[in-house]
Amino acid sequence: MQIAFIAAILLYMLSSAAYFAYLFIQRDRLQQIGGLLLMVGFACHTVSIGWAFAATGHVPVNNLHETLSMTAWAVVGAFLVLNLKFRIKILGVYVAPLVVFILLIATQFPREPLQPQNMLKGIWLLVHIITIFAGDAAFALAAGVGVLYLLQERNIKAKTRGFFFKRLPSLDLLDTTGYACIVCGFTLLTIGLISGMVYAKILWGRFWSWDPKEVWSAITWIFYAVHLHVRLAIGWRGRRAAVMAIVGLGVLLFTFLGVNFLLSGHHGQFTQY
Amino acid sequence: MDKLILIGLNHKTAPIEIRECFAFSDEDARAALALLCADPAIEEAVLLSTCNRVELILVTGRNANAIEKAKQFLARTKQVPLEHFDASLYIHRGEAAARHLFRVAASLDSMVLGEPQILGQVKTAYRMATELRSSGVILNRLLHRTFFVAKRIRTETGIGDHAVSISYAAVELARKIFGDLEGKKVLLIGAGEMAELAVEHLIHNRTGSVFVANRTFQRGMELADRYHGTAIHLEEIVPHLQKVDIIISSTGSQDYILRTPDVKGIMRHRRNRPLFFIDIAVPRNIDPRINQIDNAYVYDIDDLTQVVDDNIQDRQREAVKADRIIDAAVVQFRQWYERLDVVPTIKALHAKVRGLAHSEVARTLGQLPHLTPHDQAAIEKMMEATVKKILHDPTQFLKGDGCHGDRSNSLDVARRLFKLDD
Repeated sequence: MQIAFIAAILLYMLSSAAYFAYLFIQRDRLQQIGGLLLMVGFACHTVSIGWAFAATGHVPVNNLHETLSMTAWAVVGAFLVLNLKFRIKILGVYVAPLVVFILLIATQFPREPLQPQNMLKGIWLLVHIITIFAGDAAFALAAGVGVLYLLQERNIKAKTRGFFFKRLPSLDLLDTTGYACIVCGFTLLTIGLISGMVYAKILWGRFWSWDPKEVWSAITWIFYAVHLHVRLAIGWRGRRAAVMAIVGLGVLLFTFLGVNFLLSGHHGQFTQY
Repeated sequence: MDKLILIGLNHKTAPIEIRECFAFSDEDARAALALLCADPAIEEAVLLSTCNRVELILVTGRNANAIEKAKQFLARTKQVPLEHFDASLYIHRGEAAARHLFRVAASLDSMVLGEPQILGQVKTAYRMATELRSSGVILNRLLHRTFFVAKRIRTETGIGDHAVSISYAAVELARKIFGDLEGKKVLLIGAGEMAELAVEHLIHNRTGSVFVANRTFQRGMELADRYHGTAIHLEEIVPHLQKVDIIISSTGSQDYILRTPDVKGIMRHRRNRPLFFIDIAVPRNIDPRINQIDNAYVYDIDDLTQVVDDNIQDRQREAVKADRIIDAAVVQFRQWYERLDVVPTIKALHAKVRGLAHSEVARTLGQLPHLTPHDQAAIEKMMEATVKKILHDPTQFLKGDGCHGDRSNSLDVARRLFKLDD
């Protein structure tokens, strides 16, 4: 379903354009169009991924192309869900170009999966993949919201009231949204890690094997656990929470891609190209 | 469009001493408008009177010296000698009058650019005119266009965006910090007038309880009672920082009342919920370094003034866009007005009826191919005669026999009756 994939990229691009126009012109209609294009793009993207799933019988994360595509899909999905509760219109300016960027990188790598391995099957694996991707997408949004928070906070503190002051929502909304993203992401990540361990037990007979991917996943989990703890226990909100969300995304990205490229271990086929 | 005249004075042309002479109460205005309309030189009239302006929008009869009469009318009703205010009056005719009214209603001519009350005042003035039947076709159309244009300018430009007074600016900033102000607690330190104004605006946004700390406890209690709040002693300010969210200080104290350590210590107990300090006192009551603490925001009077100045500049930029919208609206109004003339209306009426008849005949003849050319010519001739006879009376009526002085009304009805404006 190459055509659906290309359509998705084009629609995401148009959505980015609409969101950027909204950033400058501030017409509510533009933001609505951006959201609509993103939704249609998401539908095409879903068709494309669903087709690959139906054709091969396993979740299409067998090479870098598929993995990146899945990541972008998860980010858009998470954004659309987030929009149901927290309407931060301007967040589309972050999300739409981000997924375009991810998908453009994806197109640089061959589509054909190298020798799909039989191991990518089973309900635990399905749960593992879905929750991990959704959780990562939620963390990516939390980082985006964190950036918006820092921008707006600087505007108010420095009393400069620059370009973003009137375009960004209140600090309270940004902080609450970031928190909600982290809570969702953490919950999903926890489920994802548990299901991954159960799957490892089924496949290799042990829950934990000190593989770099596992170690870094644990580090990521601990990082976000600390984030939530300091927020709940001593009230680290606002700027510190935003900075932690952004740093967290860095840790997450390393676990997600860095480990595969710089270290070794299982999950290798995940980023093959 | 020379029949349309606007005559008036405003805060730019007349000092307060003159403007206050022309303050019309609702009753005054009704009586005056009725009197004005009794004059045969005036066909239609609307009287707009606010604290910053008084304007008469008139449609005059032919050959009437309406301007002189309007001036006399103003002098007589308010018993001010004409020479006292003659120099302050401005007179606009035709397009200029329409443009001026559009600008007034869109708040481009206001003392505070973009303030929203003026549109409501224009609406009130128009309602009075319709109740007294002093407005007719032209002013009805003009005023409806005015409301449309003003509304469009408000939604399409940023003319009304952002606060242009200190207390509104403070509220706007609070909304950028807290989002919803509902239930946020307010602490007043000192009971200055400006602080009261800010509190009024905050309470308007449904903030929660109010605390008042004042040097003289008595005065603090009085103020607290007014907002159903609680008076506290000055020593209780620091512990109360744990409860409140917005602090407004306006005391005459020569030294800082709140310093960095006070706030730093309390932030942990507040679990870092944001604190917003509004310091309108000079010299300042709140150490500006508190602004460097995470989740604490301090704005002093200069900061707020800067916000207001920036917003005013923003509005001025938006006013340019608004003027462009007004230009287009003036052109449209003129086109409507010009069409409201006898000759174009009669022409349009003839063209419409003739066109309809022609197309019907052509269709019928197309279905009757067996008719001889002679028959066809007869049918067409009959059609011509019918059209002529139908149009004869309305044409005569519009040309002036039947319109007793109210020609624009008849023209307007004719145009609407036959849908000539599409």
